[in-house]
Amino acid sequence: MSEVLLQIDGKEVSAIEGATILEAARSVGIIIPTLCHHEKLEPYGGCRICSVEVDVRGRTSVVASCLFPVEKDLVVRTVSKKLDRIRKSLLEMMLAHAPDSEQLQVLAQEYGADRERFGKEASFCIHCGLCVRYCAEVKKKDALGFIDRGARKEICFIPEIASRECWECKECFPLCPTSALQAAFVLCKALSFPPETGSQEEVNISTLPVREQND
Amino acid sequence: MNVETIDQIIDNHQCEAGSLIQILLDIQSENHWLPKEALERVSEKLRVPLSQIQHITTFYKSFSLVPKGRHEVHVCVGTACHVRGAQRVLDTVQDQIGIKPGETDVDLKFSLETVNCLGCCALGPVMVVDGEYHGNIAPARIEETLKNYE
Amino acid sequence: MSRINSSAELEKLRKNILSKRDPNRPCITLCSGSACQATHCKKVAAALDLEIEKQGLTGKVDLRKTGCHGFCEKGPIIVIYPEEICYLQVKPEDVSEIISQTLIEKKVVERLVYVDPNTGEKVTHESEIPFYKNQKRLVLGQNTKIDPKSIEDYLAVGGYQALAKVLLGMTPEQVIGEVKAASLRGRGGGGFPAGIKWEAARNAKGEPKYVIVNCDEGDPGAYMDRSLMEGNPFSVLEGLLIGAYAIGSHEGYIYVRQEYPLAVENVTFAIKKAEEYGLLGENILGSGFDFSIKVHKGAGAFVCGEETALIKSLEGKVGEPKARPPYPAVKGLWDKPTNINNVETWANVPLIINKGAAAFTSIGTEGSKGTKIFSLVGKVNNTGLVEVPMGVTLRDIVYKIGGGIPGGKKFKAVQTGGPAGGCMPEGLLDMEVDFDQLTKAGSMMGSGGMIVLDDATCMVDFARYFLGFLADESCGKCVPCREGVKQMLKILTNITRGKGKKGDIELLEELSEVAGSAALCALGKGAPNPVLSTIRHFRDEYEAHINEGKCPAYSCKELISYYIDPGKCQACMSCGKKCPAEAILGGKNLIHVVVQDKCTKCGSCLEACPPRFGAVRIISGEPVPPQVPEDARTIVRKSKQL
Repeated sequence: MSEVLLQIDGKEVSAIEGATILEAARSVGIIIPTLCHHEKLEPYGGCRICSVEVDVRGRTSVVASCLFPVEKDLVVRTVSKKLDRIRKSLLEMMLAHAPDSEQLQVLAQEYGADRERFGKEASFCIHCGLCVRYCAEVKKKDALGFIDRGARKEICFIPEIASRECWECKECFPLCPTSALQAAFVLCKALSFPPETGSQEEVNISTLPVREQND
Repeated sequence: MNVETIDQIIDNHQCEAGSLIQILLDIQSENHWLPKEALERVSEKLRVPLSQIQHITTFYKSFSLVPKGRHEVHVCVGTACHVRGAQRVLDTVQDQIGIKPGETDVDLKFSLETVNCLGCCALGPVMVVDGEYHGNIAPARIEETLKNYE
Repeated sequence: MSRINSSAELEKLRKNILSKRDPNRPCITLCSGSACQATHCKKVAAALDLEIEKQGLTGKVDLRKTGCHGFCEKGPIIVIYPEEICYLQVKPEDVSEIISQTLIEKKVVERLVYVDPNTGEKVTHESEIPFYKNQKRLVLGQNTKIDPKSIEDYLAVGGYQALAKVLLGMTPEQVIGEVKAASLRGRGGGGFPAGIKWEAARNAKGEPKYVIVNCDEGDPGAYMDRSLMEGNPFSVLEGLLIGAYAIGSHEGYIYVRQEYPLAVENVTFAIKKAEEYGLLGENILGSGFDFSIKVHKGAGAFVCGEETALIKSLEGKVGEPKARPPYPAVKGLWDKPTNINNVETWANVPLIINKGAAAFTSIGTEGSKGTKIFSLVGKVNNTGLVEVPMGVTLRDIVYKIGGGIPGGKKFKAVQTGGPAGGCMPEGLLDMEVDFDQLTKAGSMMGSGGMIVLDDATCMVDFARYFLGFLADESCGKCVPCREGVKQMLKILTNITRGKGKKGDIELLEELSEVAGSAALCALGKGAPNPVLSTIRHFRDEYEAHINEGKCPAYSCKELISYYIDPGKCQACMSCGKKCPAEAILGGKNLIHVVVQDKCTKCGSCLEACPPRFGAVRIISGEPVPPQVPEDARTIVRKSKQL
């Protein structure tokens, strides 16, 4: 593997070809905030908090540092007014889902994000996908997954698998940046397998208070 | 839907995981919706986790996880139809049959869907019932049109 | 049919086909595209079959069911050759007369020919109708001449000449050189140079390599790809084969929306036919080049038009886009080098090979060569597919080809580029349409949807419509798109409902920056365009909604009321009969009244009120006048007293 020289925040950084900007930055102690990133998992690029500015072939663009591979002579800025604005807005939109998330609050303080800027959303989930990906990639159990798309996208346990696997594991709970995953599971399980009937009716968390569309 | 039919469809696609969406489309077109047993069978045969199948069947619009009504009403809400008053048509259809897009009424008579463009923009706004096109449909004409379907 | 094994055999077959065709023998072509099927062209076809037999013309006249002719406004369309007599909006009951008059008596059925609405002049020949006369139909033109189910028809118009030329006389590098010299840019949206993309895929390491036709045409209001796929699938296959040869690929996929059943049917049939003729499969035309194609149906997700999402979908997964780099040219389908082009791009390839890059670049503008097919729809007289050289002005498209705005309404804007495109107001009508000019104007080419808007279209609602579309079609993976588009949609919805606040416009602009720069794929990055372009050109409409609670286009339901002018109502009951909500108080000789609480604002009363009365009107931004008291509702008819 050959080494690539690039510039991050004015600093010459050497990285292995194929590494991401995030990895290169971390190797020299430059901190880029992340939410959906996890070292054991494939990069995802969902939260976009790790967005940085790059100059490639004369054009400046904003890219997710967790996914963008290093290139020779790439110029990267991890801090700029524009990035601050982007991170602030992204945090505010996520805080509408999870206003009490500690991880979000720490970042909110740093970027001056107002947790009440957007109206409270019914779902706690910020779709970092850590639980889903951890279960699939590390545990290989696929006990939960996503359903639907766009604003209606949710996470959902597969009751048959969850009832078998989850109580023994629960390793995804502490990964959740909103600390609410556990509640979702408990609720899902309670609704799916009421002790008295043992009914197998599938319930997903999207049946929690239904969001009024466009409200 | 019986297991043999499902297996036949899967075999038609050489049981390849890459053909998952094609297999689900074939089941949907055969059965008009995707029962849970069918999804479980597909998951087992193709060795694709149920969680992925669940995401696919809710991500793509062609799939339905609930039975469909006897008559499928599609209201085109493509841009050309939108500027020609498709929203009013949709509102009126909703009022008449009492369901929202994506829903089926309790008698399993009508299912209502919106479609993004049927490519017959010259006829807009368009309502299609069971494949029959009703072009330049006006809200005032909807009641009598839907009356023809039992 | 035996396989064609060489260029000479191909030419021999072509000569053979042509020798059997008498150019003077009458041929009736009937447009059988999806749009015409919606206007019952199948019944016309059945009637033609019947009448030809009944009037003793069996074997003396050809009937050809072709793909889309493009003039969808006037479908079903019949063109009778060799005279090229064109009949519009033909109904089954017209067929007997067409056969007896035109085919037997050689007379024109006057009532079925095109009448120029401006001059009243009748136009008999298809190519002289202004809608066609002002186009340059290099790609779409063959649609009117061939039956998509007949490979012989395609061979008769010179089909597979380009493929033979390439496979038997050009190196892959020469082919790429020719496409690069032609400056062919991708017709699917981005406008990226196809030759450069091909070269990257050719040079990328990894085997096998894949080529893909993107016919996941999800733009609402655009259907040119479908028409090409339905009407001339062989040309797309030929283009794909040429590209495959140039790139070094032996496997191709055609990704078609399953909502396009006729396109799926016709292209599947074309593949089978081409295989039979040795124009697909092993050792094509005896050249030693092998190539096979699979058809993959899309299951209904707009985002799959984005190439990385399309690839995921082809792999049987959820169509969530992937970050680029790596580009599909390097790491695409099953992580192998992959080249995706849109239908229209592929269909341009045989043309470039046949006529040469120089001929291709002689058409168009500096940065955009060749022609572009637009689907001209919305508030325009001649809805249809139009193919024009790059650089034609918007005004020419809307007025010369499109015939202007119907119903005496006023032109307001043209929207291009699909849901992530933008609007161009009247001031930009003289803009020359090409990739770069559209981008400069804050819109984009997209796949070629062109929606004409009149003054009854509310621009805030129009932006809301697109954001609603995008919120629904977003894959939901990244925050800027999933949450950002949703927040923008909420704000726009509030504005159209009269709940707009000061600062909303600025907030929209702020959220636009976030989605526009930080989103994962082109869907999210383009999502702010409809908002920003309408704010840029129609800010006053936003302000009227927010500040005055008024919808200047009288379109937003929550901001308008229907009102019957007591001074004009003639108590004819037309409106009352049409009202689906029973919201009109009528009665003989009683001035009609709209009961505001019951009114669903469907507009039926306005359409029903005879124009000579013009009593129903829409009120916005001001209170509805008080209801006429019961005892004052009786009409005093002056005219009867005379």
